[in-house]
Amino acid sequence: MGKILYVDLEKCTGCRSCELVCSERHYGEYNPAKSRITVFRSAPQASYVPVFCTQCEDAWCQGICPNGAISREHVNGSWIVRVSKAKCVGCKVCLLACPFGNMSFVTERRKVQKCDLCEGEPECVTACLAGALQFKEAEVSTMHQKRATAAKIMESYQEVSY
Amino acid sequence: MYGWTGKILRVDLTSERVSEEALDPQIARDFIGARGMGAKYLFDEIDPRVDALSPKNKLLFVTGPLTGTGAPAGSRYMVVTKSPLTGAIANSNAGGQFPAELKFAGYDLIIFEGKAKQPVYLWIENDKVQIRSAEALWGMDTYQTQQAICAETDEFAKVACIGSAGENLVRIACIINDNGRAAGRGGVGTVMGSKNLKAVAVRGTKGVTVADPDGFRKAVKAHIDAYSPYWMETFSRFGTAGVAVEATNIGGALPTRNFQSGVFEDVQKISGELLDAAFSKRKGRAGEACFGCPVACGRATRVTDPRFAGEGDGPEYETTGAFGSNCGVNELGAVIKAGYICNELGLDTISTGMTIACAMELYERGFLPEKDVGMKLNFGNAEAMVELVKQTAHKEGFGAIVAEGSYRMAEKYGHPELSMTSKKQEFASYEPRALQGLGLGYATTNRGACHIRAEVHDLTLWQITSWRILKDRKIDHPLDPLVFEDKHWACKEIQDWFCLIDSSGMCNFAIVSAEVDEESLRHLLETATGVSFGSYQGMMRAGERIFNLERLFNIRAGFTAEDDTLPPRMLKEPMPEGPAKGMVVQLGKMLPEYYRLRGWDENGIPTPKKRKALGLA
Repeated sequence: MGKILYVDLEKCTGCRSCELVCSERHYGEYNPAKSRITVFRSAPQASYVPVFCTQCEDAWCQGICPNGAISREHVNGSWIVRVSKAKCVGCKVCLLACPFGNMSFVTERRKVQKCDLCEGEPECVTACLAGALQFKEAEVSTMHQKRATAAKIMESYQEVSY
Repeated sequence: MYGWTGKILRVDLTSERVSEEALDPQIARDFIGARGMGAKYLFDEIDPRVDALSPKNKLLFVTGPLTGTGAPAGSRYMVVTKSPLTGAIANSNAGGQFPAELKFAGYDLIIFEGKAKQPVYLWIENDKVQIRSAEALWGMDTYQTQQAICAETDEFAKVACIGSAGENLVRIACIINDNGRAAGRGGVGTVMGSKNLKAVAVRGTKGVTVADPDGFRKAVKAHIDAYSPYWMETFSRFGTAGVAVEATNIGGALPTRNFQSGVFEDVQKISGELLDAAFSKRKGRAGEACFGCPVACGRATRVTDPRFAGEGDGPEYETTGAFGSNCGVNELGAVIKAGYICNELGLDTISTGMTIACAMELYERGFLPEKDVGMKLNFGNAEAMVELVKQTAHKEGFGAIVAEGSYRMAEKYGHPELSMTSKKQEFASYEPRALQGLGLGYATTNRGACHIRAEVHDLTLWQITSWRILKDRKIDHPLDPLVFEDKHWACKEIQDWFCLIDSSGMCNFAIVSAEVDEESLRHLLETATGVSFGSYQGMMRAGERIFNLERLFNIRAGFTAEDDTLPPRMLKEPMPEGPAKGMVVQLGKMLPEYYRLRGWDENGIPTPKKRKALGLA
């Protein structure tokens, strides 16, 4: 099946190191405005959510691209939805199509950009010292989440039974 | 330029003119950024004798070359100005998101001069800069202000602002950014208020580039690989309160009841562990991080006790010591609430807590009549403490006296000796009698008493042994906090070293929690800027240059060797209990050695030879 980019929201501290390494790798500058991953904060919940492309199986951006510039390829063990620089005409329709906002337009290149999982070795995962961003097999990725849910149920079950 | 953006924004509030200037590359090389570069521009541009609250004072927001880069916790900016509390140079730094955003807008520093006729705020959107009316914002708390400005400008803008305390010229007002991040000390928010400047909002979408990307990446990786799992876990899970509350108490260095003792009997009731277990919104998990920070010491908390109910940011260790043990308060909810109010109304938690502690002692000794306060103000009176914080920001009732800081308050009541201050700035939450090196540090630090400008306790309490400060002297063990004989050099070296950290744009916690030596910062700075210090000694000389320039500012402002002192309690009253029982600070023995080592004459003035060696002739 292949590895996917995944986030354990409990662990994200909102440091935005992922934004820094993403922009540095792809544009040679530290610039969150160009990062393909972006972290948002909710103060009341004290929680952080990094938003990034999940490499759809049947991608909206790919489906709508009128020039066939977006393809889905198996690279280094992962499925990556990629934009061909040669074929992208900069029409930006994919920006409208992506329901998650994960396509963006880079002004100086006049092309759209998206996460390419760093060709199968995502830098953001390496940079995430909190261990929130993970790169792992899709099938097992939610196991610990289920376990946490189970733990919560067990906890409340005990409370009720006292 | 690399690391630096190379641009200065000059904002004349009197004429409402905004202009851009090029950063002087020589100043950047010699003074690095943030604290150092701020000191240099302030030294060159104002007469140190000016009234700090007059339009002739200037207010500088300065980032460092590592701010906004991939350096760990390259999140800081420094606010530099002349302090209305001390009359000395003030430099106060904060993290959060605002400083990096300022860098991404393309500026190394902003210089505010003059005074606006009406309340204004500055709106920076990359190259577009506007002075806007803040009439509608005046009186709002800092959280409301941040929200209102984001609604008015850009929802993704980052805002630094003052609250009522700064507006009302309370001498211990801070500047708040990104919810509850504070440039706290020295009344930098007071100067902002005196200029009718409510806030600075910024949205930046440009990048920062470094000179040697591969070298820089390697330097970052080497630093990150050296993080101590113990420090990371403690900072992240329990915050700075978890790091320090119980440890300082064991060392007899937790200020208690206005520094009458260094041991607090109820320490468990204000601990970092309790904070996590009972108040944290992220209980059992890592805390909240500033920009690019792997440490994540930030606290997001909630208090449900109806007397102190609220939610917000903090407290960190300093707030806990100031409002907790030093006010004799053993209710963590009250401590947290006092911190919330300080953040909302823009007060420095350290100076506010310490001044209230001083008022409590004046009250208990009968020097401060109850009718002046309007309520009982005994140690441990949590409700009175919280009430007084509010009054202070609004200068209501007795709060108007607290608003002047502890020295002026104690002097008004005829007992300045009960003010635990140096250069009129309140001590931090570390007791000098149990930390001899910090005693010397409080006495000699240029911005007045401060724990992070003379962090000698890194070498004692926190047991750091990886720094060249020790290694070059063939010392492989922590220093003894109670011994004074080695503290003149330890204090001098640490002060210079922290000038470098504070000028880089990095947070000092990102350095102290890694098992690296000073060379790690040198590699980060050199690969980022492309400017070489030549050697370790060359880098340390830059730190020494910055420290001495601040000293020269203070001398021109009228400070003398007589100001390098501590309150009589520290010098004459033996510590009553704990590991430091029976001790006073041996300042008289340390100070001459320290002056000699610094190349200062007996009056504490840098000699012409020393000035020349540092390029400060």
